[in-house]
Amino acid sequence: MSEVELWIALILGIMMLSSAVLALVVKNHLAAVAAASVVSLGLALLFALMRAPDVAMTEAAVGAGLSSLILALALRRLGLWQIDSGSENSNLLSASSKGKDDA
Amino acid sequence: MIPGVTLELILYATALGLVIIGLAGVVLSSHLFRMVLALVIAEAGANLMLVLSGYRWDAVAPILLQRAEQPAMVDPVPQAMVLTAIVIGVGIQALAVSILIRIRQRYGNLKRRDVAEKMDAEIAASAGIRRDISQDAPLGERPLSPLPAHSAESRGGDA
Repeated sequence: MSEVELWIALILGIMMLSSAVLALVVKNHLAAVAAASVVSLGLALLFALMRAPDVAMTEAAVGAGLSSLILALALRRLGLWQIDSGSENSNLLSASSKGKDDA
Repeated sequence: MIPGVTLELILYATALGLVIIGLAGVVLSSHLFRMVLALVIAEAGANLMLVLSGYRWDAVAPILLQRAEQPAMVDPVPQAMVLTAIVIGVGIQALAVSILIRIRQRYGNLKRRDVAEKMDAEIAASAGIRRDISQDAPLGERPLSPLPAHSAESRGGDA
């Protein structure tokens, strides 16, 4: 029982940390919002693991759902909404270093 | 599994890592929208650490049972606090996003350096002074000239 929880927490923790880094380095803003939403969803699972089911429900509904919705709709308003990250270069990560340099 | 690695250790490492990544993103990012995203991540880490402060590995969820002996519960007070903090976090996010929309309407883009430069120019123009370019040496004279030596001595003699 405890061993299973340990592995679940380890996998979720690694997923959340890597997704948090990804949210800050990826060039496409929509992908960054999705990565932040993954962090929030993993947090909800961790709350359920830590026997806080009410907090887990709220985090999944408000943190992962509503907040991603707000950020994604704000991207439309800010003019940063783009599904593709360019015609010739569709790799999200390779475009990010170039974007950081001229920013 | 490696001995010595407990569930609490993993969870504390995750929470601390999220806070550190979020704060580094707030400080280092060059785009204002990324700054808001980093703030969201740091807030998630802070929430995780708060819930973790009331966590016991051998306890059940804080629900009262109609039983003679109540098993040990995790602390419900940090959970209630975090429940509030999640909702407040979404409010802060909406406020930040609305400020971003206003900034974009006024300055055209959201690059941090660009916005700061335009804001500096605007403040200098509305104050009617020349814009201070250098960060090291301030423009113009010192606001107060130093006291002459003899007046300082005479004042010291009076006292």
